Amino acid sequence: MKQYVIKRIAGTVPLLLLVTFLAFILINLRTSDPAEIALRVNQITPTEEVVQSMREELGLDDPFLIRYKNWMMDSFQGSLGTSYVNKKPVLEELRQAIPPTLELAGATLIIIVFFSVSIGIICSIFENRWQDRFLRGFIFLLAAMPSFWIGLLLMWYFSVYLGWLPTSGKNGPSSIILPAVTLSLTFLSTYVRLIRNNMIQNTQENFILYAKLRGLKQSTVMWKVFSNSIQSALTAFGMSIPRLIAGTVVVENIFAWPGIGRLCVKAIFNSDYPVIQAYILMMAVLFIICNLLVDIVVVMIDPRLRREAK
Amino acid sequence: MSFFKRLQQDKLGITCLLFLGVVSLAGIFAPLIAPHDPTLLQVDMKLAMPSAEYPLGTDHLGRCLFSRVLFGIRTTFFYALLAMGVTIFSGVAFGILAGYSNGRVREVILRFCDAMLSFPSEVMILAIIGILGPGIMNIVIANILSKWAWYTRMIYSSVQQYRSKNYVKFAQVHQASPIYIMRKHIVPGISGEVTTHSTLEMGWVILSISSLSFLGLGVQPPAPEWGMMLNEAKNVLFTHPWQMIPAGITILLVIVALNFLGDSLQQAMNSKSYMASPKQQRKLFRLGEGRKMVSDHTDR
Amino acid sequence: MTILTVKHLNIVDLKTQRRIVKDASFSVQKNSCLGIVGESGSGKTMTVREILGVNPRWIQSEGEIIFEGRNILKDNEKQRRSIRGQKINMILQDAMTAFNPIEKMGVQMKQTFMQVLGVSRREAERLSLESLKKLNFSDSLAVYKSYPHELSGGMLQRCMIAIALVLKPDIIIADEPTTALDSINQLEVVNQFQSLKEMTGTTLILISHDLGVVQRLADSVIVMKDGEVLEQGSVTDVFNEPKHAYTQYLVSTRQQLSDSFMNTLHSGGNKEYDYGGESPEKL
Repeated sequence: MKQYVIKRIAGTVPLLLLVTFLAFILINLRTSDPAEIALRVNQITPTEEVVQSMREELGLDDPFLIRYKNWMMDSFQGSLGTSYVNKKPVLEELRQAIPPTLELAGATLIIIVFFSVSIGIICSIFENRWQDRFLRGFIFLLAAMPSFWIGLLLMWYFSVYLGWLPTSGKNGPSSIILPAVTLSLTFLSTYVRLIRNNMIQNTQENFILYAKLRGLKQSTVMWKVFSNSIQSALTAFGMSIPRLIAGTVVVENIFAWPGIGRLCVKAIFNSDYPVIQAYILMMAVLFIICNLLVDIVVVMIDPRLRREAK
Repeated sequence: MSFFKRLQQDKLGITCLLFLGVVSLAGIFAPLIAPHDPTLLQVDMKLAMPSAEYPLGTDHLGRCLFSRVLFGIRTTFFYALLAMGVTIFSGVAFGILAGYSNGRVREVILRFCDAMLSFPSEVMILAIIGILGPGIMNIVIANILSKWAWYTRMIYSSVQQYRSKNYVKFAQVHQASPIYIMRKHIVPGISGEVTTHSTLEMGWVILSISSLSFLGLGVQPPAPEWGMMLNEAKNVLFTHPWQMIPAGITILLVIVALNFLGDSLQQAMNSKSYMASPKQQRKLFRLGEGRKMVSDHTDR
Repeated sequence: MTILTVKHLNIVDLKTQRRIVKDASFSVQKNSCLGIVGESGSGKTMTVREILGVNPRWIQSEGEIIFEGRNILKDNEKQRRSIRGQKINMILQDAMTAFNPIEKMGVQMKQTFMQVLGVSRREAERLSLESLKKLNFSDSLAVYKSYPHELSGGMLQRCMIAIALVLKPDIIIADEPTTALDSINQLEVVNQFQSLKEMTGTTLILISHDLGVVQRLADSVIVMKDGEVLEQGSVTDVFNEPKHAYTQYLVSTRQQLSDSFMNTLHSGGNKEYDYGGESPEKL
């Protein structure tokens, strides 16, 4: 088992390298000259010589691979550059913005798991009857709505019309409700369907038949169906985390939630490349790490996979 | 039942297909149908509710919302079609290339795909926008780049699959050229899956274009675009909630139609059994030897 | 003494709209072994599942199944559940998928005994290990602690028999117990059932398309084809003097196979066998 974990972690390293390399290529596709921008930000007029000396200072004339190496080394040491806009170190900005996003993603995940499991179970019990069709249709409709539209609708109804919840910002526990609910609705459809299909499929499995034949209680049999269904859905839930974090971009902007999504969009508007770079790098690494963790957890829990890992 | 026959029987699928057809036509003929110029400002008529002259009302600059929605089809819907078209085309091209070429080329293409697939597409799109800057063409490019790898992979594995099938080998024995084989056997084989997936992906691309425009990273004003219209509606949310409705409902309807169509296509591709109606159930028990009718068994 | 009677049973599949079992009638004598013989799709498994009431919603039936003095088809779900496991137990055909993949074998066996027999955990554990030993496992504790995927099909089959042993039901139904096994395991299982019969005297219903196994174990037999019961009687009667054309065909085919096998054994494989006028190449 430990061997598997170590092998898996070791296997991630080349992937990380590849992905960060891709990210670096991407970043270097930009059309504007970083030296010029750096000068402009410092309010120095970019003349030919000044630009050239800035390029040398920033090491922009070095060969591609050397620049990549330098970038990676700098990032490792936590020096991700300075924001063009407000001159603060990017790492600092990220550090402030990450916790709210994680909070939002966490709350959303809880909502998704809770509702998809409960609704999924209800749907599987009433398979193909009107309750199932109605619930699935309703959730499906919700998923087809663009998240920003739902956000606006919910904001209007609960904040403006009913006045129950705050419209924006992060002030107190109630302000996480609208953003989290909005974000969860887009994903709910997939997971409801997943849980429902897992439950239905497992109910028809041979081992459930034999469990019934042995004379086990109905509740015991249902529990077997349930635990098997959840197990299969674990990978999907785990992999939703990076998608959630990426999905916060729109929601954070609607509800003025101070997370990395809002940070990123602001950076794009301002052509604040150091921030954009850092965001890309961070998301890529996060995605790979999440993949890794989910793989390991799944193998730990499912005894069939444990044997293959040996 | 063949694929097309099943599709024909699916009323929902047909309705969605017709609806999307109507939408496309409306987009093409927008200049003829729209009652007003979508960029025409009538500031004294701003934020009006629907009326005879302005079927969906006006926005905060007095522009006709109905006309804007119509012209918005061109921006959102057609650009999404463009993105999907190019994605599929390049995916097919590279997939077939990878499937038919030798080790080196194939390896490069596949490894590249794997690397690109290890990024979630939302992040990649954002990254590309971040680098290239805002703009509708950049969004299209971003969507193409982020989806291309998946299609390449899929086409590649389909090509692999079909190449090992007997009828393809048979054709090869008869010295059919690879292009002939591709056209006759492989393309029909994968077109079902590609069509189904693309229909569902279209919805996603439309969402992507409108979300990014909503954030201000897509089309620039005064071009009409559904996401952008919702952004403008956000500013007057408190006082004029109606502004959210026209563009939002349009996006919803189009995406729902696409999703249902995609589902229908999927169902038409897999043969699924169905439950007999209660009338048919009763008929069954009357079959043979004049047996007495059974009392209805309720569900167990 | 008759322990179970099936009268005019009709089973319909609503999804394919076909009648699967047509007017089947037979009875099972206590402490004997009834063999149900027929090809795949003849309705054997459907009939037996209907006795236990575990067919899916789209399978509906009509007729009578008399057990313990009443027609159990008219029972409610709770009554039918009380029969399963304790009164009538079934051993499934596909042993590899018969157990919950995420629970250890011992846990599953313990759970069965605790719930169905109402014994304590310790007692259940003792019963499990005891019965595993009886089934000739070389290391019963290892089996007890393993997950289902770690055991072979034959071992899982024996675990099912072990559970049946402890539950001591009135009737044990074995659905094609030897089909998924290789010949060595087949012999094992057949011997197990033989000793099961002798040890417990339980009534046994054995479903198989393997006539040899049926001949070995069964006292009486019914022959099914396309959902109909074509012939029934004692094993000697039906196999030695088959009345229905289909039974004759089954018996003779089987005969040919074993004759050919015996001839090959005795002659070293060079003798050409006469298949009744048709050349071997045509087969």
